[in-house]
Amino acid sequence: MSSHVIDVEPGKTSSFKDKVMALLPDGGNLNLCLTCGLCSSGCPATGLEDMDPRKFLRMAALGLDDEILNSPWAWMCTMCQRCIHACPMKIDIPGLIANVRKNWPVENQPKGIRSSCELALKNDTCSAMGATEEDWQFVVEDVAEEVRETQEGFEDLQAPMDKEGARFFLNQNSREPVTEPDEMVPLWKILHLVGADWTYGTKGWAAENYCLFCQDFEKWEKIVRIKAKAVDDLGCKVWLNTE
Amino acid sequence: MKFTVQDPCQLVRKSLGDPIAEDLRFVVKSVVGEENLIDMQPNRSNNYCCGGGGGFLQSGFPEARRYYGRRKLDQILETGAPYCITPCHNCHSQIHDLSEHYEAGYHSVHLWTLICLSMGILGENEREYLGPDLAELGL
Ligand code: SF4
Ligand code: SF4
Repeated sequence: MSSHVIDVEPGKTSSFKDKVMALLPDGGNLNLCLTCGLCSSGCPATGLEDMDPRKFLRMAALGLDDEILNSPWAWMCTMCQRCIHACPMKIDIPGLIANVRKNWPVENQPKGIRSSCELALKNDTCSAMGATEEDWQFVVEDVAEEVRETQEGFEDLQAPMDKEGARFFLNQNSREPVTEPDEMVPLWKILHLVGADWTYGTKGWAAENYCLFCQDFEKWEKIVRIKAKAVDDLGCKVWLNTE
Repeated sequence: MKFTVQDPCQLVRKSLGDPIAEDLRFVVKSVVGEENLIDMQPNRSNNYCCGGGGGFLQSGFPEARRYYGRRKLDQILETGAPYCITPCHNCHSQIHDLSEHYEAGYHSVHLWTLICLSMGILGENEREYLGPDLAELGL
């Protein structure tokens, strides 16, 4: 996989890897690599950007901080954790990569991720597609009404909104209400038929949180707190994530 | 009619592990029939990520994302199933896109779609992701 030789300055040590080790539980075991290659052979991102997980880790260990901090490969690892699963030493390579992402200047981070993170903070729905409380309420009621009028056996179908004390608070990926609202219906029908006591909320209903992907912990936490508060305010017992 | 199922990393390997993968198979088999589920290899906690996770779908590297997804595509094609059940939003988007991009011919469906189809309660407008073979079934 490596197509060119990388020069390493003698005596160079990694400051970035050490910083990350101080943050991860057990230092992410980042110093325990046996160089066996199990991670790389099972990683679908191997080969992209002339990189693979073992190489990324070895480069960190050799102090090639500039190279790893600037490699777009950090955005091509999906944080799937298969490498950890396969690794005999349980080395947290995605934990290292997450911190590399965090180190990218905001303005250089992938726009799609960054803007979705920012947009989710625009209002209390937490929708990364910018759906407002009014949009959301309207589309849910509109779709439910149509099902009640046109589908036999579902004349009583409800998609409850802000129902206090419901057992389940269901969230929803923004893609459905915004681009394909009819895709919400099958789940409503299932919940209806099993007699589930559930509700949507006008606030905090959006399932996604892109701030996690750019490792903006402050904004990520802000979004999680808005969502958790929405569940608590309605007195729901279970926060049901559809994704 | 054969089906395969994607084990979402977030649901299985990264949180609830193999027990939830078994629950998923219990539901899928109840819906499509035990003999009609063909597992990808490897699977459960050892499954490959589809390539849609971690923000890859939104990161603006479509070529790299589809290169990553080749491994998933090959896994699905190896089963020979014309349907891949994808019980996660990212997986659904990515696996759907892979089929279209590589003209692989399989369909990517949500679990809720198949549950309702099997119960005979799937409405006309709720069939976006079914192939022509199932699109009219039970209408
Ligand atoms: S699987 Fe673990 S020990 Fe083996 S090369 Fe990868 S990180 Fe190192
Ligand atoms: S977490 Fe990243 S490096 Fe590890 S297997 Fe998944 S994509 Fe590869």
